[in-house]
Amino acid sequence: MSTELPVVSLQPKDFASDQEIRWCPRCGDYSILAQMKKVLPTLGIPKEKFVFVSGIGCSSRFPYYMNTYGFHSIHGRAPAIATAVKMCRPDMQVWVITGDGDALSIGGNHLMHAIRRNVDMKIILFNNQIYGLTKGQYSPTSPTGKKTKSTPYGAVDHPLNPLSVALGTEATFVARSVDVDIKHLTMVLERAAHHKGTAFVEVYQDCNVFNTGAFSFATNKETKEDNVIYLEHGKPLVFAGGKRGIRVTEGSRPEVVELGGNVQIDDLLMHDEKVVQPSHAFMLARMRYPEFPEPMGIFRCIEKPTYDEVANKQISDAIAKQGPGDLNALLNSGDTWTVA
Amino acid sequence: MSSTIDAPAQQPSEKRLETVETVVVRFCGDSGDGMQLVGTQMTNVSAAYGNDVKTLPDFPAEIRAPQGTLAGVSGYQLCFSNHDIFTPGDAVDTLVSMNPAALKTNIGDLKRGGTLIVNEDAFDKSNIIKAGYEGNPLDDATLLQPYRLHKVPMTRLTRDAVAGLGLSPREADRCQNFFALGLVYWLYERDSKPTENWLKEKFAKKPEIMEANLRALRAGYNYGFSTESFTVHYHVAPAVLAPGKYRKLTGNEAVAMGLATAAKLANRRLFFAGYPITPASDILHDLSELKNFNVCTFQAEDEIAAMSAACGAAFAGELAVTASSGPGICLKGEAMGLGLMTELPMIIIDVQRGGPSTGLPTKTEQADLLLAMFGRNGESPLPILAAQSPADCFGLIQEAFRIATEFMVPVIFLSDGYIANGAEPWRIPDVSELTPLTIEHPTGANSEKGYMPYKRNPETLARPWAKIGTPGLEHRIGGLEKWDTSGHVAYDAENHQHMVRTRAKKVASIANFIPEQTVEGPETGELLVVSWGGTYGAVRTATRELQAQGKSVAHAHLRYMNPFPKNLGDLLRNYKKVLVPELNMGQLRLLLRSEFLVDAYGLNKIKGKPFLVSEVTDAITRLLDA
Repeated sequence: MSTELPVVSLQPKDFASDQEIRWCPRCGDYSILAQMKKVLPTLGIPKEKFVFVSGIGCSSRFPYYMNTYGFHSIHGRAPAIATAVKMCRPDMQVWVITGDGDALSIGGNHLMHAIRRNVDMKIILFNNQIYGLTKGQYSPTSPTGKKTKSTPYGAVDHPLNPLSVALGTEATFVARSVDVDIKHLTMVLERAAHHKGTAFVEVYQDCNVFNTGAFSFATNKETKEDNVIYLEHGKPLVFAGGKRGIRVTEGSRPEVVELGGNVQIDDLLMHDEKVVQPSHAFMLARMRYPEFPEPMGIFRCIEKPTYDEVANKQISDAIAKQGPGDLNALLNSGDTWTVA
Repeated sequence: MSSTIDAPAQQPSEKRLETVETVVVRFCGDSGDGMQLVGTQMTNVSAAYGNDVKTLPDFPAEIRAPQGTLAGVSGYQLCFSNHDIFTPGDAVDTLVSMNPAALKTNIGDLKRGGTLIVNEDAFDKSNIIKAGYEGNPLDDATLLQPYRLHKVPMTRLTRDAVAGLGLSPREADRCQNFFALGLVYWLYERDSKPTENWLKEKFAKKPEIMEANLRALRAGYNYGFSTESFTVHYHVAPAVLAPGKYRKLTGNEAVAMGLATAAKLANRRLFFAGYPITPASDILHDLSELKNFNVCTFQAEDEIAAMSAACGAAFAGELAVTASSGPGICLKGEAMGLGLMTELPMIIIDVQRGGPSTGLPTKTEQADLLLAMFGRNGESPLPILAAQSPADCFGLIQEAFRIATEFMVPVIFLSDGYIANGAEPWRIPDVSELTPLTIEHPTGANSEKGYMPYKRNPETLARPWAKIGTPGLEHRIGGLEKWDTSGHVAYDAENHQHMVRTRAKKVASIANFIPEQTVEGPETGELLVVSWGGTYGAVRTATRELQAQGKSVAHAHLRYMNPFPKNLGDLLRNYKKVLVPELNMGQLRLLLRSEFLVDAYGLNKIKGKPFLVSEVTDAITRLLDA
């Protein structure tokens, strides 16, 4: 057949813009940018069909470094802008790049509503638990007691758990990865790219200037095996090189157990990312270091109609049913009268 | 069972028919009494009969304030005439008052000698106390002596009329408004057929409610016809309007229709993002019904999101609009700045209401002009248009899209509560008379180095509008300052000054692409009255009256608020004095004084109500005599 589309053969370098990258040396953002450039060419989508929308913050400079369509907008509003972009251009693959302050503080409302609408967009939240661009104030994900420029006596607030927020707002795809875990991050971005609906991805990202080492428990080669647990659909939750696992108690609480003896692999919690009820994913999201190993991977991936699809279908259905709008009929609707 | 009014074959000889030119009727009652409904019905009937019509709905912010209280009074005023009129009238000829609270809040607007129709059944002790009267006002000869009072037992008569239909007393009482309407229809010789048809359609699935309202309407009509209470009724001939087909239109309807028309003529999608707010919500409602016109509406989570979504849709290459009122416009300010910085076309509609803060949500005011001019951080001029009447919104909102797309700039469109909810007849244009927008999107690179998103059209200074998804035109925009031409992020000092000046120049140069300001009246003289927005009708009526008396007064009504028409400065200097009537503390006056160094006088009213004609004539007369 001659109607076949030409094979799009793109390379990561095709996605690099001509702009000098101005993140601090060794910032975790570099790795995320690199993995993104790796993933996009594998998707079979022409370059002009990608659009990156961001808010304000270090992470939000991301679109400038991608040679795609990009909109570096205002603080917190990227999900709202991206929603309209996707509604108007369903053929575009829409990515939102945001940070912990941008998404969860000033933009919390937009994040929540984009997720519950299930707009077909991929939201990548770079979580470094600090305000970097404004030089080191605490963020909504900073731990209680965190001493920063604006909290010299320690932060009083209780932090938000980004995945709990996403699950609480009915996200259809929820995942987590770490900036330096290149393979895992690539896999997670790939899965997000393939999800239809809002894909929410939290990436632990090191701000090596203002909050370095915040996630060393998950990145330190010597300890990470004991501190993180890689989620795989349909597989039991094991970690520490297969020595330990997660079992659910009779009170439906997770507990860390040593394998061997009277605990067998079959006793462990099986990961199911497809379960519609969110309590499984929610339980995993609440497992935090140091009490638990922190889960990495796809927490939840379910299908649900997307907002943009249904909204556009209402329009196409109305046109199919009523015919394309007749301007004369519209202007002449209601009671009319003629003056001779 | 007949459900139509049988018109009496012949009027009894004692009923006198007087011919009058212009009539002002006001229905007032509790907010649950259906006053807006019957007012709208009478407006439709009068417009369809061929009168010129103007309306002033006036309702409380509470959906149902405590029954019978002053706070809960809802009113609907309409003026109909045998000639063209510009306002809903200063003083009321016939006041229909459904309870004591409505009487108390409205009696002051009734002309001496005017007709006062009250539902005397509602004047019980409890309602009288709630209205704050010491005793029954209907027994107060001093209070009511100046008026032709008709005490009508509407509750009882309505219950009698609907008896046998199996309605509860509460349901029966809800038909009282149609009894009152029927009576006023008789008083002004109105044809009740359109209202009957409306009731039949509205209550097609509730035949007993339909029949009850039809009976109430008929009972009211017959009450006027047959009782001795009314000895005279009135005839208002159709107005001489320009030939053509007409319909009635409110400002919000005209905006929605104008937006859909602009998009349809351009064969494009209309993207509308909004958040519910009085008095702008009807634009969202109306557009939501027009999906088959490829209208996409988005009820956003808040005003900020609605404005941001408009930016997103414009970036995507669609015709984008958002609408709100003052409090919402404040929230939109930051994202409006983003639209300005990224030089994307869109419309921001501000249906002004009484402020500051929540202010008077259901009342009109013109106090957002300076917000529209200056309500953003940095040097951030935007073009501003202001509609002068409900029907004017239809054409002017299309003009807003023309400017937005030709100059690549967000355009602010000012309406107000009076225009938004007020109605007037509108001559329906032929679709072939309308001018479609001409919009071009680049399909290839515009320089040797590729696509330059800020390479400007030398004439309009507009940048190109690349549709996302176009191969080869991938580019990034954002809120940071950018290099001219390339659009790359730039912190350079000279470039910033150049870009600030360029954005300002682009907006200022729109003056070369809009009509010059016209004046009604002498080209030079003693006094020029300059108005804008919804005060058009009152000012036009006032200046016409005084011109007819030979006074040296002219009227200039502005629709282009930024930039001003380029001849405005010269025009102001052709008169010895300038008067600027506004429903604010003098915002246009401030702009005129600073821009043109003219010593303008202000007439300023901040009561949540439009000007009365007499207030304007009085101010003009005083200024001429001074």
